[in-house]
Amino acid sequence: MSNNVEEKLFQNRYLLDKENTHIRIKNLDLCRTSCSQPCTFSCPAACYEKTEDGNIELMTDGCLECGTCRIICPNNNLEWSYPRGGFGISFKFG
Amino acid sequence: MTEKFDAIVVGAGPAGSAAAYVMAKAGLSVLQLERGEYPGSKNVQGAILYSDALERIIPEFRDEAPLERNIIEQRVWMLTDKSHVGFDFRSEEFNNDKPDRYSIIRAQFDRWFCNKVKQAGAMVICETLVKALIENEHGRVIGVTTDRDDGDVFADIVILADGVNSNLARVSGYRNELENKNTALVVKEMHFLRSDIIQNRFNINEKEGVAIEVVGTLTRGKIGMGFIYTNLEFISIGIGCMVGDFQKGGLTPYGLLDELKEHPSVKPLLISSEMKEYSAHLIPEGGYNAIPKIYGDGWMVVGDSAGLVNSIHREGSNMAMTSGQFAAETVIALKKEFKSFSEHNLARYKIALDNSYVIKDLKKYKRMPNFLHKNRHFFTLYPELISEAIATILRVDGIDKKSKGKQIIRSFRKGRGLFGLIADSIKFVRAIR
Repeated sequence: MSNNVEEKLFQNRYLLDKENTHIRIKNLDLCRTSCSQPCTFSCPAACYEKTEDGNIELMTDGCLECGTCRIICPNNNLEWSYPRGGFGISFKFG
Repeated sequence: MTEKFDAIVVGAGPAGSAAAYVMAKAGLSVLQLERGEYPGSKNVQGAILYSDALERIIPEFRDEAPLERNIIEQRVWMLTDKSHVGFDFRSEEFNNDKPDRYSIIRAQFDRWFCNKVKQAGAMVICETLVKALIENEHGRVIGVTTDRDDGDVFADIVILADGVNSNLARVSGYRNELENKNTALVVKEMHFLRSDIIQNRFNINEKEGVAIEVVGTLTRGKIGMGFIYTNLEFISIGIGCMVGDFQKGGLTPYGLLDELKEHPSVKPLLISSEMKEYSAHLIPEGGYNAIPKIYGDGWMVVGDSAGLVNSIHREGSNMAMTSGQFAAETVIALKKEFKSFSEHNLARYKIALDNSYVIKDLKKYKRMPNFLHKNRHFFTLYPELISEAIATILRVDGIDKKSKGKQIIRSFRKGRGLFGLIADSIKFVRAIR
């Protein structure tokens, strides 16, 4: 995760749902083999990281729940929903 | 639990609260569901509130609502990497009893609005995610499934105010996925400063505010726009581009925002401020041609989830409230006439929207999204040419003004060509006609 994003996200208030992740990659192989991986540079919270072996690692803790990743995923490879009621980002100002 | 309401409203943003408020005020039994910790906790906007739409719903809102600064000055800046060319409009006329726009804090404003909904008699439940719509055997929506235990609730009509991602309509197959070329991703930071410092930096009095809209080379040919808005104790600064442009790579959303903050015309405004929140949000900018189906048997869609945003004029929350109001009035009228909420009868909602500023304005600019896609040089070439032209005129360097004029005309013809310039003017006028 790029450093300046981490600093930005650090200011935000989150209620983390430790039991569930609200976004899931359906087929990881697809990300590695046939994808330009736009999630790694388009997600405003840098939740998607390219690992050394070319895989995508998804960490939803900093997710701003915008929906960008779902729209840009070239393979429609995401199971995307909002976090459970009461969880996730909780904007102080919005 | 089989509780049944006249109406369920999903979402507690401006559209949902407008709909719930108007229906509850008319005596209907209304359930409003919100997934956030409190109303507003998931909602992001610039945020400038236009008074008119809210005033038609709550005429006395100025006495109660948490409003920040009355926007008395609008600036439009065309940026190049080193300069900006600006157009300002400021008027004492904006300082009247009933200002027509304010900066707001959505987390506070939405909370206030939703409190009004409660006071009007609706039941509001937060921390509850609506997972799906419940349809009967004829495909009519009769309720919603939530993520609570025994979480099914029923109603004669369900109003979907679930925001830009429009999850429920999409998952139910009532609409398609948002198009990446027509959806903007905006990132924003709140920079806190003492209110008197903000007033000094923007040349305004207490309670007065400035809104700056920014376009230019910063977005590197991506279709995008930035903004700087003044609140009482902070400055909101944000920038957005089409999602499809981010997808192509070359620039990250947060990188773009950091570049805007570093621009020589912007940086002094933010000096010694403390950043306290970072947010991101999508805006449906496809305009008239991207509006999905907005009603069907037992359901209506309002606000961002219906794609009701006029991106050219930065209007959205007003259209959200107006659409919420119209949807509510449709429900109230049909109830009174003992008519069902069939698709046929709900067509009244669309007719009301069609006859209002909402659809009329979106229709006026319906060519604009396509125009911008095909004319990206408007974001790069023209700011450069205009900035250079003004710099040339202002430079005192022993060259006579007539020669400077010729030099400027040459630079425009060289940059875009005579036919290009003429074609651009015609296309631009056509797009906004």
